[in-house]
Amino acid sequence: MNLPLSLTINGVRREIVLDDPRVTLLDLLRERLDLTGTKKGCDRGQCGACTILVDGRRINSCLALAVSHDGAEITTIEGVGRGGELHPVQAAFIAHDGFQCGFCTPGQIMSGIGMIQEGQAGDDPERVRECMSGNLCRCGAYQGITEAVLEAQSNMTATKQRRSA
Amino acid sequence: MMNFDYVRPASVADAIAAGSEKGASYLASGTNLLDLMKGGVSRPSRLVDVTRLPGLDRIEHLADGSLRIGALVRNADLAHDADFARNYPAVAEALLSGASAQLRNAATVGGNLMQRTRCAYFYDAGSACNRRWPGAGCDALKGENRLHAVLGWSEGCIATHPSDFCVPLVAFDAVVEIEGKSGRRELPLEALHCLPGDAPERETALERGDLIVALRLPAAAKNFAGHARYVKVRERTSYAFAVVSAAASLRIEDGRIREARLALGGVAAKPWRAREAEQVLTGAAPDVAVYREAARAALAEAKPSGDNAFKIELAQRIMVRALTLAARGTPDRIPALPGSPFSSVAGA
Repeated sequence: MNLPLSLTINGVRREIVLDDPRVTLLDLLRERLDLTGTKKGCDRGQCGACTILVDGRRINSCLALAVSHDGAEITTIEGVGRGGELHPVQAAFIAHDGFQCGFCTPGQIMSGIGMIQEGQAGDDPERVRECMSGNLCRCGAYQGITEAVLEAQSNMTATKQRRSA
Repeated sequence: MMNFDYVRPASVADAIAAGSEKGASYLASGTNLLDLMKGGVSRPSRLVDVTRLPGLDRIEHLADGSLRIGALVRNADLAHDADFARNYPAVAEALLSGASAQLRNAATVGGNLMQRTRCAYFYDAGSACNRRWPGAGCDALKGENRLHAVLGWSEGCIATHPSDFCVPLVAFDAVVEIEGKSGRRELPLEALHCLPGDAPERETALERGDLIVALRLPAAAKNFAGHARYVKVRERTSYAFAVVSAAASLRIEDGRIREARLALGGVAAKPWRAREAEQVLTGAAPDVAVYREAARAALAEAKPSGDNAFKIELAQRIMVRALTLAARGTPDRIPALPGSPFSSVAGA
């Protein structure tokens, strides 16, 4: 069974032919397109390490069949920086020690970017923790993660205001 | 995961034709189904992808005051729809207390209704489970069963239904619209999920090929918007299924409860409407003594199915808490931890 699909991944359109319908977006990215920044943690939608943006929304790529997402626009951790410049959420994770081993970090950062776009948390750390609860960190870097997301959000809002002023 | 054929029909009629074949399963976002397939619990030979079916992703206000929610509306979109959150705050609160932000962005209304139980023995293909394999027995009966059912269970199955969303929905008399081989029909949500009895493998009233296309909330559900809460107790603060949850909605006029709608989650194989408790409250002044009496009535028939007698007491306390918070008034904004007793926000 040959299943053709077209995806725009980090701004680049890719024509893909799958030979197996079981391939998840996660496995497509990691095993077939060499985009290994997105991590496979539990592979069952329980840890958030595989978080990516699909059409601008954060989802668990381990629970998404690639073939069902024909035509989608996908952003992974490889696509968030501009040239040599880090995305503000990436920079804030470094500034606030939002990680220890780093395995969950790409998922945390993609989730943080998605959360800021959703605009539901405001500057309340409790809301940030709740909105980020789909991303587990077994090193327990939660305090740094919360601070990083809050700071990135405030920096991004300030930049946006400066641009529109 | 077992291999399968993949089809993506363009119309509801084509979907039903493909979904009626033996071994076929509908695929929406797949947040539950793919997980079950990875574990070998579900083994469909064909997936019928319904995500592109036209017209199923709309929220419509109907002329009779009811609300029609297409089966493909995503949980996050529904919960964050401003009109919806204002008119049905307990339903929005229930949606936001389920799963994680990522899962809510993907999961659909129809898929939420069709979620399977999270019983660990159902999930473990190596355990005996009458739901998966009729007649195999139930390993949960003698296993780790502190989170299992206390109402409506049988010796054949003590699993619970995992949905938060369905709990306030069943209290508001939500109706499910179904397309099937013999056309369109409707079913009260309360009649969708089956109690196990002696046939736990029959989880819903749907027939082969039936496709849920929409969910309808009757106009009367809006009358409770001022006093409606969903309270959920979990084993960790967020991103966990309910140990017990309660949806409480009141219509209060002149210091009296004119009408009450109550349902419990995490206690049975279906979202559990508590009609006896509603009767106790009707006409009474809102007061903790009458909430306790109502909660006792709701759990009067409850029996432990194992190591879970505590859930009977806990369910009563959560119902009293939900009623207390509902009587106080729906907050302007849902707390960060929707309805959680652990929230640090006053009034949560």
